[in-house]
Amino acid sequence: MRKIALSLAVTGSLLLAACGGDSSSSDTTVASGDAAQSASECAAGKTLEEGVLTIGTGDPAYSPWVIDDKPESKEGFEAAVAYAVAKELGFEDASVKWVRTTFDEAIQPGAKNFDFNLQQYSITEERKQTVTFSDGYYTTNQAIVGLNDSAAKGATTLDAIKKLKLGAQAGTTSLTYITEVIQPEQEPFVYDDNAGAKAALDAKQIDAAVFDLPTALYVSAVEIEGSSVLGQFAAQDGATADEFGLVFDKDNALATCVNTALATLKDNGELASITAQWLSTSTNIPVIK
Amino acid sequence: MVSTINRRVAYEKSRQRRSIAVAAISSLVVVTAIVIFIPRMPRWNRVRTSFFNGDVFRDSFPRLLDAFVLDVKIFLWSAPAILILAMLVAMARNSRSPALFPLRAFTIAYTDIMRGVPVLLWIYLIGFGVPGLGLERPWNSPLLWGSIALILTYASYVAEVFRAGIESVHESQRAAARSLGLSHWQTMRHVVIPQAIRRVVPALMNDMVSLQKDVALVSLIGPIEILRRAGVDKSKFANFTPYVAAAVIFLCITIPLTRMTDYLMERERRRTTGTRVRS
Repeated sequence: MRKIALSLAVTGSLLLAACGGDSSSSDTTVASGDAAQSASECAAGKTLEEGVLTIGTGDPAYSPWVIDDKPESKEGFEAAVAYAVAKELGFEDASVKWVRTTFDEAIQPGAKNFDFNLQQYSITEERKQTVTFSDGYYTTNQAIVGLNDSAAKGATTLDAIKKLKLGAQAGTTSLTYITEVIQPEQEPFVYDDNAGAKAALDAKQIDAAVFDLPTALYVSAVEIEGSSVLGQFAAQDGATADEFGLVFDKDNALATCVNTALATLKDNGELASITAQWLSTSTNIPVIK
Repeated sequence: MVSTINRRVAYEKSRQRRSIAVAAISSLVVVTAIVIFIPRMPRWNRVRTSFFNGDVFRDSFPRLLDAFVLDVKIFLWSAPAILILAMLVAMARNSRSPALFPLRAFTIAYTDIMRGVPVLLWIYLIGFGVPGLGLERPWNSPLLWGSIALILTYASYVAEVFRAGIESVHESQRAAARSLGLSHWQTMRHVVIPQAIRRVVPALMNDMVSLQKDVALVSLIGPIEILRRAGVDKSKFANFTPYVAAAVIFLCITIPLTRMTDYLMERERRRTTGTRVRS
């Protein structure tokens, strides 16, 4: 009896010590591992399809955000960011699935067919009412592209730009920028997508179009002959520059996991290197006053 | 004899009373069902704030009315052009002289091709494509070329309507005109076309009502008219009520137009046929 009781007591205390030791050591490993693993642990079970991350992008997806409309190739700023975030969330390249949506579709209220969508969506208060945004992954200004042989030539001040016929895509912060900040004399033309604005520039129906800066640089360099970036607009007092965020279904729990992943990418410099690789440094574009 | 007529009249009056009662009761039942059951559906409140939000309606209504003025302008300058072009195409199609065969072949190709391609595509092709060939302002205006695209497509549909009207006029009318010594064009002008137009007025009004809404397609190539303004407001408020407001404005124009069509049809029917067979 005494032997049994003694052995029981010893076994019991050993077990307790082991458990106590285990819990303390596992506490520390979980604590340090939390930051690294919690994004992927967090993401488990929160995606539409188990084990697959469904990412949405535009149809077509424009350069320099996605090269050649092939996000699976990981080429292009947004394609690279998407795969980097997916890796942090624990999804290998093969577990990433792409779907295409229009720009408008993803920020309307209603159920979504993607886990998150990235299409240069600027984070705005109005959009936050219907969708959830992640933290920003890129910050940029609006810029204006004009034809060299039109009234837009040499328009580098706000007053000169006010006199031009402008165009932009519907539902974007570029259009809001035109109507609220620039306030041109003639009503701007509005298009369903950037392709319409570019076609109108080509047809000289508008003098200049407003896009975000990287798109403006790409349009003027590659897509429309005889056009150039007239300038970029500095952030106005009170308003911040456009910050792009990933779009989620309203109150989707995956957003917090993605924010952790983005924080990691920012801390370890990977986001900065992706930015440097795909987006040209735009410090030599004049600022419009 | 008199008692038979009285019995007949009394019977028909009682049938009429019965059908009015049935109509009233069924309408009441349907309306009550809608008013009682729809608000009880689980997400009615969300649908109501999304589609029938009073504040957003009041906010966007003045802007939508402003933008609607552009729609009305486009309609007012397109409709006469469509009617004239369509009449010319229909008459050309109906010419019978062999010397005019190239003209006939051209009009057949025109109606086939313009009707075969969606109006949307024509608006892009003509609205962006033609100015893109190098026209200078103001000749490259999207309003101008968008309207031309609308005029060309709608004229092809209306030309077929006119053609149906012309061909429905009995051949004896032409024979009688010919025996009176009228030439082909005199026959058309004085005998065939007036009858043809009267016959196809309802179908024409149909096309006009449809045109009034397709005018909104011009927004795809830039100009801000009511549907585009509703879309911009929808993005601004994250609410679909601006579309409902735009629908209300459209209905204010369409319903009088359709009622007028009904009136014209009724007037034509009364003029041409005397009796009306009851149900």
